[in-house]
Amino acid sequence: MNIHEYQAKELLAKHGVAVPSGKACQTMEQVTEAAKELFDKGESLIVIKSQIHAGGRGKGTFQSGFQGGVHLCRSLEDAISKGSSMLGGTLVTKQTGPEGREVKTLLVASAENILNELYLAVLLDRETSKPLIMASTEGGMDIEEVAEKTPEKIVKLQVDPATGLMPHQARRIAASLGLPSELIGQASKLLMGVYQTFWQCDASLVEINPLCVVEKSDGSQAVAAVDAKISIDDNALYRHTSIQSMRDLGEEAPLEIEASKHDLNYIKLDGNIACLVNGAGLAMATMDIIKHYGGSPANFLDVGGGATTEQVTAAFRIILSDPNVKGILVNIFGGIMQCDVIAQGVVTAAKETNLSLPLVVRLEGNNVALGKEILQNSGLELVSGDSMADAAQKIVAAVG
Amino acid sequence: MSILVDSNTKVLVQGITGSFGGRHASLSLDYGSQIVAGVTPGKGGQRFQDKVPVFDTVQQAVEATGATTSAIFVPPPFAADAILEGVDAGLELVICITEGIPVKDMIQVKDAMKGSSTRLIGPNCPGIVTPGEGEDSKGGCRIGIAPGYIHKKGNIGVVSRSGTLTYEAVWQLTSRGVGQSTCVGIGGDPVNGTSHLDVIKMFNDDPETHGIIMIGEIGGSAEEEAAAWIKEHCQKPVAGFIAGTTAPPGRRMGHAGAIVSGGKGTAEAKIEAFREAGIHVAQTPSEMADVLLKAM
Repeated sequence: MNIHEYQAKELLAKHGVAVPSGKACQTMEQVTEAAKELFDKGESLIVIKSQIHAGGRGKGTFQSGFQGGVHLCRSLEDAISKGSSMLGGTLVTKQTGPEGREVKTLLVASAENILNELYLAVLLDRETSKPLIMASTEGGMDIEEVAEKTPEKIVKLQVDPATGLMPHQARRIAASLGLPSELIGQASKLLMGVYQTFWQCDASLVEINPLCVVEKSDGSQAVAAVDAKISIDDNALYRHTSIQSMRDLGEEAPLEIEASKHDLNYIKLDGNIACLVNGAGLAMATMDIIKHYGGSPANFLDVGGGATTEQVTAAFRIILSDPNVKGILVNIFGGIMQCDVIAQGVVTAAKETNLSLPLVVRLEGNNVALGKEILQNSGLELVSGDSMADAAQKIVAAVG
Repeated sequence: MSILVDSNTKVLVQGITGSFGGRHASLSLDYGSQIVAGVTPGKGGQRFQDKVPVFDTVQQAVEATGATTSAIFVPPPFAADAILEGVDAGLELVICITEGIPVKDMIQVKDAMKGSSTRLIGPNCPGIVTPGEGEDSKGGCRIGIAPGYIHKKGNIGVVSRSGTLTYEAVWQLTSRGVGQSTCVGIGGDPVNGTSHLDVIKMFNDDPETHGIIMIGEIGGSAEEEAAAWIKEHCQKPVAGFIAGTTAPPGRRMGHAGAIVSGGKGTAEAKIEAFREAGIHVAQTPSEMADVLLKAM
């Protein structure tokens, strides 16, 4: 599960990480109040940041034409003007797709005087099954590009799960980032806090980009997490009720939300051939084989091992709610699930939804003969596939 | 001969009194597997289907029955603990079927298992089948949730991250009259106990395995690691399939481990690694068996 920058900063602050002070605002009244408070405190510059689950906000454009999802403001009037141009608008960035995301929250924060931009992340290293710290002097950039062009500028350090991140390891990373001696202590504390956030919150990723050396109003320097991105392991949400409440349904596709209510694993894609499959690997392979034969998959859908007639019907409704869908491929390998149960589900669903689109059904496994008989006697116009290849070719041909 | 389990393997089922565990313990018994004990804390003294004694702890079950292998059907919040209970009891093999265990728990489990002689398979896996010689391949050993009847005793080893794709491959082989030595589901999670490479090494050393089908998917680098070893060391023909060429980046495709993150773990990279290693690549899942048989 992804959370917004302002929520990520809340979690980080709880674990002792220095984040710029700021308020999340959902109305212009709140924006005005937050901005006024900062200016009254003596800040000469504040920043207003659109909160969406996607990067590239600074360079993004609103559908209204307003440029940029992140703005520095020098006065209250400036803040109100820029804030109102962003709040409620739809921001399109490199990462949102052309449809963009609605900006329902603005983070109004003190703008740091940034001297240096660094990069820091904590994630799972799949090769060692241990947490990994990644740090780089190349902050404020696309880290994948850094990894490709100048990999030597990325420092990696494995963490022993038994001890967690040790202070000496944190100091070593701080030193490798070229931080001056007087900042090593502060930076280490920040790093330890970032690791604790990752570990205590069951995160799959904590990314601070940029991690900044900033100049404070008294001329001294400090280290601060100017931006933050956190993803939480879905499997662990059951033990984090406060993080569960950070879920933003507005950031999820409506059909995907609907599917999750029925315990269906559904991901919407761009194509026009819908698929309904049991098993994640088989579901991915079904999307792949549709593409292989020249078609375009409309979705990933894993109904799981114990699908009921109700779930199959719900799955059909969800699939058919996608206006792009011009045909359906059902691919089931009935292991424990019986083919006749699935066949009955398909027939019921097709009838209840008045299905008029091409439907190809490929059944294999337990009770397959009975399943095929149910389909044949249903009176529905559907085509049977013998193998996955056969079924895929048939649906691609039917959709055209 | 097969690998890991056979008709002599004594198996206990952790979570046997739950509906999921019970259903599959029953199917395994039908198949001829030696389910000798069940473990559900608090239900010690009961008997599962009047046949299988239930104990409160794995330790008690092992002492009473000599079980060496466990199948875990315990809900996610308690599964990591169940795995380590099996390890502490000195089991040779722990197979964790459970899907949904937090990654952090598995990081801790793997760390705690360092130096242990217990092998963990899974979690989030369909289990293992070594087919038998009876009707519908009964008489072998079925641990987990795979349909027994699709198997046939023979000489092809199958190793896979995906359950239903395994059944596809197995059924393709069986339908062509070609049997399997052992079929191993290593599971779809990002942190697991046994990798493709671990299993392929065993297949390589198994005189009864003459060919291997390897099924992978997006996420991580296990397939690339296996491919590099296969290139240098594997004595037997290998056919491979990778699911997820059409998966969008950054999305978790059902399996917790099936995700392309930061540009890493793409299907293209894995397929390229396969080709580089001389692994015969099945372009579609329909031809996994044919591609291997052609290479043999």
